[in-house]
Amino acid sequence: MLEDKDRIFVNLYNDFGSDLKSAKERGDWANTKDICQKGRDWIINEIKDSQLRGRGGAGFPTGLKWSFAPKEVGARPHYLVINADESEPGTCKDRDILRFEPHKLIEGCLISSFAVNAHVCYIYIRGEYISEGAKLQKAIDEAYDSGLIGNNSAGTGWDLDIYIHYGAGAYICGEETALLESLEGKKGQPRLKPPFPAIIGLYGCPTIINNVETISVIPSILRRGAKWFSSLGREKNTGTKIYCISGNVNNPCNVEEEMGVPLKDLIEKHAGGVVGGWDNLKAVIPGGSSMPLLPKNICDTIKMDFDACVENKTGLGTAGIVVINNDQDIIKCMARIARFYKHESCGQCTPCREGSGWMWRMLERMAKGEASREEVDMLMDVTKQIEGHTICAFGEGSSWPVQGLLRHFKKEIEERNNFNPLINTGQKNPYLVDQHLLEKENA
Amino acid sequence: MSLKKVSKDQPANFEFNEKSLEKAKKIISNYPKGKQQSAVMALLYIAQRQNNNWIPLSAMKYIAKFLDMPYIKVYEVATFYTMYNLAPVGEHFFQVCTTTPCMIRGAYKLIEVCKNKISQNESEISSDGKISWMEVECLGACVNSPMMQINDDYFEDLDEKKLETIIENIRQNKKIEPGSYKGRKSSEPENNRITLMDIKNA
Repeated sequence: MLEDKDRIFVNLYNDFGSDLKSAKERGDWANTKDICQKGRDWIINEIKDSQLRGRGGAGFPTGLKWSFAPKEVGARPHYLVINADESEPGTCKDRDILRFEPHKLIEGCLISSFAVNAHVCYIYIRGEYISEGAKLQKAIDEAYDSGLIGNNSAGTGWDLDIYIHYGAGAYICGEETALLESLEGKKGQPRLKPPFPAIIGLYGCPTIINNVETISVIPSILRRGAKWFSSLGREKNTGTKIYCISGNVNNPCNVEEEMGVPLKDLIEKHAGGVVGGWDNLKAVIPGGSSMPLLPKNICDTIKMDFDACVENKTGLGTAGIVVINNDQDIIKCMARIARFYKHESCGQCTPCREGSGWMWRMLERMAKGEASREEVDMLMDVTKQIEGHTICAFGEGSSWPVQGLLRHFKKEIEERNNFNPLINTGQKNPYLVDQHLLEKENA
Repeated sequence: MSLKKVSKDQPANFEFNEKSLEKAKKIISNYPKGKQQSAVMALLYIAQRQNNNWIPLSAMKYIAKFLDMPYIKVYEVATFYTMYNLAPVGEHFFQVCTTTPCMIRGAYKLIEVCKNKISQNESEISSDGKISWMEVECLGACVNSPMMQINDDYFEDLDEKKLETIIENIRQNKKIEPGSYKGRKSSEPENNRITLMDIKNA
């Protein structure tokens, strides 16, 4: 278990208050000026050495991302955008940072803006987080009043303005290019990449986009050193991470732990165990709803970091752990996730817009036992036609959970939906639900 | 992408009042010159707040003129995002999260309570005109599930009885307290906390 002295988010549970004075007592803003004086290259190298990977889901190395921004500012200004549009089901870590550790985020914004040559930073918060946004705004005002941001921020000689921009309830705006569209006052529909935002982003200017948690750990890394950070966890999966454990556990909670902590430890030690005991565990979604679920036998041993999750055909994602026990109907749970994706698809690419609804309707019927035997394979086929055929990663996000279900619980679906396609029974049906089978014969 | 019904009863005119105008101007100044379109989302919120929590079409036209952008672009934004109400909602607007993490902790029981105590269908204002409810997707407070949002605030760790009490209190014009209904301060594990103890006690 991670020792308390190695925890970055000391005020995760709001024991101390989130105001500037208590934040300073916890060590925030202590030597921001000295850090910035060491220079851009030092900061970026230190972040590279720490092997920090983005905490927003994809796990892209942060130092590398920063180095994509042009070294010198040309005719176009640079922007830093913070992605606080936390909407992944199962994830609620950024909310706690926004309301309890806002100064870690603001200090991180200053150092990161300095490193990527940005004078303006936008924080894109999801619209529902009204009181969290108000708390962050209060912290920003405090920082302005004490000269920590604004002109000559914290004595670094760097001018920085931070503005909050509220979203309005669209999951897709967590995708970085959709977020930029939304920030420009348009519908949040993702852009084609390349060009990547680091070259052409907000208003066509170079833009670096990072998650709240990524930016908030940066001051601590630079203060304590890249060596300290990379000594936690293992190679390429370093540091600490806030895990959100929800679902059928006795004490759902957020907790900061070392990268690579065993999943079983998280559930048993921190979250008070599975409701009904470990043997009552059915499956775990390890990284927010878009990551494929894991059956119990893998949960027994898996360690929670980026690479270990990939080895088990899933992903760490945002580390939003949803525990599902045997009292739940696993097909129904996944059908509800499919409904979420149907609701949140932006409608730009046909495979995702149509396919997400298709998957949802099939899963709903499978949960009721109304689907035919052959539809199970067809569902897999549908997921394969969405995955990789869309502009953004939403296509993967919506099809992976269904693929995970089919990979590990196919037997259960087949047992429940074990009858011949209606077409083979020769009945006359007003709704020819499996018309596609006819087409196959004709082909 | 959600399907939203635009209200049939539309006021003929809409204008920002003084307070809204001041807020709107401040927000526009957050964005670079010539990029005032970025403020459209915030201005729609301001209009919604001024107009009893819903946005009439006349407000969209007003905002389009205000920001010097085509009306259709404002309409696109207002219909794309789910948090803009295009038809009147109750004075207390319940948004119940029913996505999987909440669902497996009993969110649909809350929906039943809403159906029985408020109105049979979602987005239908209760007979006393005070409350309306709707199902929404993940609100991002999964470790405090099941939960719902009432106007601006989160109400967490609910169950049927607690929700009934909340509705009862609203009907009796009593103040309702946001936050956890299990006595939790935040997202810490209930009764079982093993981290950050030394620092807390120091």
